[in-house]
Amino acid sequence: MSVHQRSQHPIYQELHDSPDFSELRRRYRSFVVPWTVAFLVWYLLYVCMSNWAGGFMNTKLVGHVNVALVFGLLQFLSTFMIAWLYARHMNRNVDPLARDLEARYEAALRGDAVKGEEPRA
Amino acid sequence: MNGTELLTACLFVGVVLITVGITFWASRQTTGTANFYAGGRQFSGFQNGMAVSGDYMSAASFLGISGLIALNGYDGFLYSIGFLVAWLVALLLVAELLRNSGRYTMADQLAYRMKQRPVRTAAATSTVVVSIFYLLAQMVGAGALVTLLLGVESELMKALVIVGVGLLMIFYVTVGGMKGTTWVQIVKAVLLMAGTILITFLVLAKFDFNFSELLGAASDNTGKGEAFLQPGLKYGVDLTSQMDFISLGIALVLGTAGLPHILIRFYTVPTAKAARTSVMWAIGLIGAFYLMTLALGFGAAALLDTGKGSKVAESGGNLASPLLAEAVGGGHGSAGGAVLLALISAVAFATILAVVAGLTLTSASSVAHDLYANVFKKGTATEAQEVRVAKISAFVIGGVAIVLAIPAQKLNIAFLVALAFAVAASANLPSLIYNLFWRRFNTQGATWAIYGGLISCLVLVASSPVVSGKVDADGKNLALLPKSIDFSWFPLDNPGIVSIPLGFFFGWLGTVLSKEKESEEAYDELEVRALTGSGAEQAVAD
Repeated sequence: MSVHQRSQHPIYQELHDSPDFSELRRRYRSFVVPWTVAFLVWYLLYVCMSNWAGGFMNTKLVGHVNVALVFGLLQFLSTFMIAWLYARHMNRNVDPLARDLEARYEAALRGDAVKGEEPRA
Repeated sequence: MNGTELLTACLFVGVVLITVGITFWASRQTTGTANFYAGGRQFSGFQNGMAVSGDYMSAASFLGISGLIALNGYDGFLYSIGFLVAWLVALLLVAELLRNSGRYTMADQLAYRMKQRPVRTAAATSTVVVSIFYLLAQMVGAGALVTLLLGVESELMKALVIVGVGLLMIFYVTVGGMKGTTWVQIVKAVLLMAGTILITFLVLAKFDFNFSELLGAASDNTGKGEAFLQPGLKYGVDLTSQMDFISLGIALVLGTAGLPHILIRFYTVPTAKAARTSVMWAIGLIGAFYLMTLALGFGAAALLDTGKGSKVAESGGNLASPLLAEAVGGGHGSAGGAVLLALISAVAFATILAVVAGLTLTSASSVAHDLYANVFKKGTATEAQEVRVAKISAFVIGGVAIVLAIPAQKLNIAFLVALAFAVAASANLPSLIYNLFWRRFNTQGATWAIYGGLISCLVLVASSPVVSGKVDADGKNLALLPKSIDFSWFPLDNPGIVSIPLGFFFGWLGTVLSKEKESEEAYDELEVRALTGSGAEQAVAD
């Protein structure tokens, strides 16, 4: 086994340089980067307000239910919602491209086999 | 032993028999490394989602969080929220890319483009450290639970119970491998959800399903009034405790995606899409569970005596859920109460067994696959040799956990788990994120990130009031070491706010100070593989 574990098959570089791959990466990152920033800020806002915004957090809404409890429950709701949005985005916009690129990778390996070379996966 | 204790003992034995049966069944199908480490990668997204939940909802979640809410009211809720929101980091940034780029351990994904030996050694070290902290928490929980429930008080019995749990977990891992461990976790997740739903239903029924009334009863019964329902009862005292709260919050949200026993679960499914489905299920199950811990925690505060000297307070809150089950079943001495107490205790015991099995498997895999097969034997070990070393490692790690857990009995479970989260977030998360998203990242960056985060986290904990120099208002020693020793200089109990940025900083510094180019060149291949699944590990046929 070499020092590095990668296969160094040329198809990887070829796929990496293809416009489809740039598009795949753009679609993935344009979702996860803003949403990660958003949920971390939203969560830290909750933690900081629990610390330093007592007056607001302790406001009673209905019966014994106060803002702090509702804010906490909203964290649950936003987590469920972001997870659902992410899965929908990946299923619709990312998976088809990824399957397409993977098929090209498989085809390249089969080409190797036809030429009588060992597939170097 | 009275009737309740006998019933509890029978249910405990039942849990043990079921899990042992599963393990024997799984052992017949476990041959080769892909089966032993990754269950053949044949689990469906839903099955793995159940197993992830079973692996994640530990004694700290089931016993710890409801206990913290019962004692401290609203402030305990932060644990639930942090533990859940953390899954978004795992879902969006880590689960799928890791599934595609690794094989068996956390280190695989780093070794894909780095020099193998240094990064595998570093990642194996932090895997073992995180897992042992986590293991200790579970075993301390098991000791406390069993001794209090079975009414045995002697130190010798406590030690024997810990040894018993340790031997069981070694058995699960060495005989059942990943397949057996996964099924134990699935069964446990079902038991835990069913038990929690039952108790939540019974608690809410006592208040005519009016949650506001439950909150009111909790604030009245504890005598703390509205403050019990507001943030700040535990952490709002002064600036130090407020910073501690933020530090804890950060470690909780960033720790999950760096926990090795959670990460390797993503290798048990056939595709990245199945890894996504498992996290979706896990978020649903874990979210529902943590919502119910609110009812359990406030229910315990409303229905039980949680004041100074009470059973709940004396156990650090850890016995709030089982005692609540007894109360809603009809109270102490009633048949219904006895049955529910025994049932919930057995669920808690199953919870602990499933989690310790997952942790032992994770560290044993890392020692065998990373240290033995790739660092020591440089990739020349056969599969049979590797699996044999993994089994031997499970014995050694189980033994170490047993030996450490016996003197650690007085430590708080939630604290030990929070510490494991802080170590995971400081040592593991920076190298994972850099490796997947930063082209320039290289071998030196990875080792500096891991050792830098790990060491700064451990040094800060050793220098914190948890280890030395903490006394309460009455002058009672709250630190680990005797009162006369005090070398603490770091004011916070939770190191995350400092050690996590340090982990990221060392990763960056190590990278820019290194001239290595190979890791950078290999990034293109890693990126293609991670995002498209090209060349990723396939499921193995039976």
